Amino acid sequence: MALDATTVTAAGPAAAPPRTGVTLHRIARRRSTIAFLMALPLIAVIAGLVAWPAGYAIYLSTLNRRMTSFIGLDNFQILLESETFRMVIWQSCIFAISAVVLKALLGFWLAHMLHHIPTKGQRIWRGLLLLPWVVPPALSTLGWWWMFDPSYSSLNWLLNAVGAPSVPWLGEPGWARASVIIVNVWAGTPFFMIMYLAALKSVPDQLYEAAAIDGATGWQGLRYVTLPMMRNIISITVLFSLIVTFANYDIVRVLTNGGPRDLTHVFASYAFQVGVLSGNIPRGAAVSLFMFPLLAVVAFFILRGVNQRNREMA
Amino acid sequence: MAQVKLNRVVKEYEGGVQAVKGIDLDIADHEFVVLVGPSGCGKSTTLRMIAGLEEISRGDILIGGTVVNDIPPRDRDIAMVFQNYALYPHMSVYDNMAFGLMLRKFPKEEIRRRVENAARILDIGMLLDRKPKALSGGQRQRVAMGRAIVRDPKVFLFDEPLSNLDAKLRVQMRTEIKKVHQTVKTTTVYVTHDQVEAMTLADRVVVMNHGVIEQVGPPTELYHKPATKFVAGFIGSPAMNFIPARLANGSGALNILLPGGISLPVPEARAKRYTGHAGKEVLFGIRPEHLTEVRPNDHRPNLAPLQLTPEVVEPMGMETLAHIWLEGAEIVARIDPSVPAEPGRALPLAADMGQMHLIDPQTDRVI
Ligand SMILES: Nc1ncnc2c1ncn2[C@@H]1O[C@H](COP(=O)(O)OP(=O)(O)OP(=O)(O)O)[C@@H](O)[C@H]1O
Ligand SMILES: [Mg+2]
Repeated sequence: MALDATTVTAAGPAAAPPRTGVTLHRIARRRSTIAFLMALPLIAVIAGLVAWPAGYAIYLSTLNRRMTSFIGLDNFQILLESETFRMVIWQSCIFAISAVVLKALLGFWLAHMLHHIPTKGQRIWRGLLLLPWVVPPALSTLGWWWMFDPSYSSLNWLLNAVGAPSVPWLGEPGWARASVIIVNVWAGTPFFMIMYLAALKSVPDQLYEAAAIDGATGWQGLRYVTLPMMRNIISITVLFSLIVTFANYDIVRVLTNGGPRDLTHVFASYAFQVGVLSGNIPRGAAVSLFMFPLLAVVAFFILRGVNQRNREMA
Repeated sequence: MAQVKLNRVVKEYEGGVQAVKGIDLDIADHEFVVLVGPSGCGKSTTLRMIAGLEEISRGDILIGGTVVNDIPPRDRDIAMVFQNYALYPHMSVYDNMAFGLMLRKFPKEEIRRRVENAARILDIGMLLDRKPKALSGGQRQRVAMGRAIVRDPKVFLFDEPLSNLDAKLRVQMRTEIKKVHQTVKTTTVYVTHDQVEAMTLADRVVVMNHGVIEQVGPPTELYHKPATKFVAGFIGSPAMNFIPARLANGSGALNILLPGGISLPVPEARAKRYTGHAGKEVLFGIRPEHLTEVRPNDHRPNLAPLQLTPEVVEPMGMETLAHIWLEGAEIVARIDPSVPAEPGRALPLAADMGQMHLIDPQTDRVI
């Protein structure tokens, strides 16, 4: 949204070509020049908000704790040798992957249900189901935290009501990890749902009719027509969500604050813990930089697949 | 292969709109039947009910003697070619054609044999590895037909398969479809709004209008013996001329009195058929090709001379169309290009009264 706005306003400077000299005028008239001028605000935003902080983080990560001298890759080495940090890597991966998989499955299921509700009733359900995604996560997580609370847990109250024992939602590492994932899935599923719903709507009805005549059952239509037709949207959504989930901060921070025993920390919350709370900013920067190569590899493969399919199909 | 039978089939959409109002149709094994009619007359709806893509509100549809009303499309053993082809964009041409067989668990070898056979019939052997995106409209059309052929179904259904192609390709593919039907002989129901397509392809043409069947018959029968004004006007291009007239009984012979004081004799052979309408208002119908220049040594019986003044003359190359306005009725005559015809100058014409039609303006039926 914000990026769209910047590109639109960029039309302003490009629309008024400079009048100093013929050559300058001609250069300004070239399509590539105009394109560059129009993209300039976006480039500036990316440079200012992405490139510069990233470069600065890399620079920071090579400093010592007091930020007085250059220590090369020592911060990274120390981190890799630390038991806690290796656990953070694992926990981040487990958290991100299982949350994204669950969100993708649930989102697909919900989108499918919505898609089959007649248009009139669809809107209200779509609106309601989007709510978890719209509420600021810090607030909704507080709500969950209260539901998970050992003494007032409404979830446990419900469990007890049906005769099941109480669950130590945030107190026991396994459950705490599950709780973090549950909340993230709850908040992130609507995003998948809405993306998949759009994708489902974009599959022409005639393809299903052709498949039905070709002999496909509902499941086979889903498997051989719907899913392949949605592969690009699925890939992009998964990639996007993987990045956001990997870098998730607020849920862990509010719900468990990394505990018990640092077992629910993910990169972002751990970086905050190390960098801000413990006052070692260079090492905190190093923690967050670990995300980059992991995500870059995933992004590379997913985007390559998307490009390939785009060339062949659309 | 099988026959298809429609028994008083009705399609009613929500809100009570009747798109198809109880039609009866018997299609024989191996027959090529074309449903033709203006836009919105219910052709597609009828075809889609045969396919099982649309529920049947009332009546029965039988394929090969079995009532298929409640049988889903996949079990009806039919194949359909859609107007915009509906190829699976993510599958290669080969997979597009093989898909139906794959779902029906045919052995790999058999699938390959059938796809290659169909590709040979349709001349798309070199395209098998491509995705639909990399095909031209005509090639996509062939693949869509290939997908139908490989299945060797009981019935082929076509819904305006040629209307997305340019005029030249359309003629070419029309021949192709005819050729394919002559090869595989599968019972075919073909929907089009193009009467030329209908005439050239069909064993029998079904003319529909407003959800009812106006007439069913072989192309030549529809051309020579239309049952209603609608069919008379729909079949043939340019369309038949309709001129308000009066059937007069003078001196023992019937005459048709046209506006402008023109009187044309009714051929004796028709006299008996028309006597009941003597003295009444009728609609005189004659096709442009039966309203020609006066030719020397013309031996057609029942030629009647008349003098008309064209207002617009359209040379088409192999023929010239002369447009005449006769007190509100537009008349088109088809004359030889060598005849000097000029707007505003009286033109001697000959009407072939053996090919005339009279229509009862009350019922719109051909008398
Ligand atoms: N889903 C629907 N709901 C209500 N009415 C419909 C629906 N589908 C079609 N109709 C109506 O049914 C009638 C017949 O439609 P149909 O698609 O069979 O026409 P057609 O003969 O195939 O026309 P065309 O040559 O334009 O394709 C039309 O009047 C159309 O408005
Ligand atoms: Mg139609």
